[in-house]
Amino acid sequence: MSDRREWPLYEVFVRGKRGLNHVHVGSLHAPDDDMAIRHARDVYTRRNEGVSIWVVRSADITASSPDEKDPLFAPSGDKVYRHPTFYDIPDNVPHM
Amino acid sequence: MSHSTPDPNAAAGNVYDGLLEHHDVAGDDSQWAFGTDFEDPLAGVDTTVPDDVDAHELATYCLMLGDDALVLSQRISEWCSNAPDLEEDIALANIALDLLGQARLLLARAAAADPSVVPTLPEGSPVPAEDALAFFRDAGQFRNLRITEVPNGDFAHVVVRTLLFATVRLSLFTRLAESRDPVLAAIAAKGVKELTYHRDYAGRWFLTLAQGTDESRRRLTAALAELWPLFGEPLSTHPVEAGVAAAGVGVDPAAVADEVDVVLEQVFAVSGVDRPGAAPLAGVQGRTGRDGLHTEALSRMLAEMQVVARAHPMGKW
Amino acid sequence: MPTTDTETGMAPDPTAERALLEQFDAIVERNDRVEPRDWMPEGYRKTLIRQVAQHAHSEIIGMQPEGNWISRAPSLRRKAILLAKVQDEAGHGLYLYSATETLGPSRQELTEMLLAGKQKYSSIFNYPTLSYADVGTIGWLVDGAAICNQVPLCRTSYGPYGRAMIRVCKEESFHQRQGYELLMTMMQGTDEQRAMVQESVNRFWWPALMMFGPPDDESPNTAQSMAWGIKRNTNDDLRQRFVDMSVPQAEALGVTLPDPELRWNEERGHHDFGQPDWDEFMQVVKGNGPCNAQRLAHRRRAHEDGAWVREAALAFADKSGGLDTPALVPREGYSTSETEEVR
Repeated sequence: MSDRREWPLYEVFVRGKRGLNHVHVGSLHAPDDDMAIRHARDVYTRRNEGVSIWVVRSADITASSPDEKDPLFAPSGDKVYRHPTFYDIPDNVPHM
Repeated sequence: MSHSTPDPNAAAGNVYDGLLEHHDVAGDDSQWAFGTDFEDPLAGVDTTVPDDVDAHELATYCLMLGDDALVLSQRISEWCSNAPDLEEDIALANIALDLLGQARLLLARAAAADPSVVPTLPEGSPVPAEDALAFFRDAGQFRNLRITEVPNGDFAHVVVRTLLFATVRLSLFTRLAESRDPVLAAIAAKGVKELTYHRDYAGRWFLTLAQGTDESRRRLTAALAELWPLFGEPLSTHPVEAGVAAAGVGVDPAAVADEVDVVLEQVFAVSGVDRPGAAPLAGVQGRTGRDGLHTEALSRMLAEMQVVARAHPMGKW
Repeated sequence: MPTTDTETGMAPDPTAERALLEQFDAIVERNDRVEPRDWMPEGYRKTLIRQVAQHAHSEIIGMQPEGNWISRAPSLRRKAILLAKVQDEAGHGLYLYSATETLGPSRQELTEMLLAGKQKYSSIFNYPTLSYADVGTIGWLVDGAAICNQVPLCRTSYGPYGRAMIRVCKEESFHQRQGYELLMTMMQGTDEQRAMVQESVNRFWWPALMMFGPPDDESPNTAQSMAWGIKRNTNDDLRQRFVDMSVPQAEALGVTLPDPELRWNEERGHHDFGQPDWDEFMQVVKGNGPCNAQRLAHRRRAHEDGAWVREAALAFADKSGGLDTPALVPREGYSTSETEEVR
């Protein structure tokens, strides 16, 4: 991670009940995998929706293109959740 | 490769399916975790007090355990919107909600076992017993441990306090699940799962702060030094506790002291933190939190907690 | 890295860009969803970031006015409900920050923009909460207005935003119900409680109407946002819907809405109603509301007080490799056994 000041982003997958697939339910920040599992339990299953949780660093997900005809600018093997930033950042936001 | 326009309200396999169906109709509240309303841990439990058990003693014991949970819940809920990040804000609120749920069950049990412990309210007051106990007793009638009431400090403080408290309470509740009082047994069985999580959460943060930065280690050891003198009380035996333990309905804290020690020793060892040597805080003429003798912080905390309820003794909420 | 101009987000080749724009327009046109890796016009991205971040900030700042009463909740049941509700708001903020993060900026950057006053949050939270009835009124009117705004957003064109909103809306309906139920219960209580409810409704009715934003003819962004499918209804449409919904609820409750112009218009099939004080609205938006400074100072303090904790956790993750940490304590009981970790 280039910016060590922020906890990395994780993607959370929950199996709602036995017999179902794990489904992507959202994201969260955590300093490491172990904490990410704990956070996922607190954030995404606080109403007992889930019986099983997976977490994976967003940066570790390799994605295919959304479309067979890949847009010109989309590199293969991009990271899906942290979209490369086209966002212009205000000058005085530090640590960019 | 289905590429039809997705109807987000009917996303197949969504784990939240079923929740939206109740979207704007009143009724089924079962999926919302309002503390103990989530599920009734007392469903089907026989609520009569065993014949040979002193009902007043049982009620007093329930107040002790209930007040511990209530007061610490109040302190932890002060963290709401103040935590280091959103994830920790949510985690701390979960812990506070669990403890609040335990408090409600225990106060209700105290009132059922011996109605004379419940403060008298004006004739016709709709205030339920659990609220009469929580909001209409003065500090001197609270039986909680002093470690639960001292004001919050920084994040290290809540980590240490939660670790110490949950470690003792988990050991107590594990045994209490075998109580001859079926209600206490059911409350404890539910609490064990929650407390295991609290201890685990606090233990992991204890390690993290101990091994994180110099600053976090400094703050952690400062919090431990501050709270350690208050940690004698949770492991010493009050006469009421001795009585209920002898009757087979309660647990003598001294009986779990070794087990607690082993767990804490392991946390300290893994974290590379020295066990504090400070002596336990003295009482006043031998009286401590369990006797209703508190720090200066409790009455101040209660003044805030009770202000609305006391202004409306005939109020419905 | 992508062959785009990072200044504009446009592909350098104008022909290719036209093709991308056509493809994008087609997605929006057929009510399909735009997903994070799709090409999108830079204006669309910026508008979304502004709107979703503002929404996320509103959830987080919105924790404060209600959190103000957690410590004083008058019954243990109400305390549990309120704490669970404010906790939900933290969760909603988290979902929405995550949706914003798929567009580029990180949560840290968004928080810094909030604290620097570069991004806004809903002005309603710059009003103070002065009695416990406000907890009920916020649930009924403020969350009610939010639901009017938010339910259509479940169908917004940007996928991650829509998905976050579905989860938010599911939980939000409980918020509105608990608020209304609190007010109903209080109305069955003492005269003082009834007066407390009416006083609270008097204070929050107009700010709730302001939550839909300025009138359509003074809302410059609405048309483009609707064309892009980010927004699904105009401010005035939603405001009308809210008033029509609230009137019978107020009657059932037994409170009076503080608007002398409020009456049913048979011809329109809607209620006529008066306009909020838009000058006050502008004052609050500009930062001069009763609680603007207080809310931001609270958020800044929490964020700064937590810096050493966030830093310590990262330092620990570095040292331990972020991998297996030793089991500190036996884990029987809590269901880690059911928690499958993926590495």
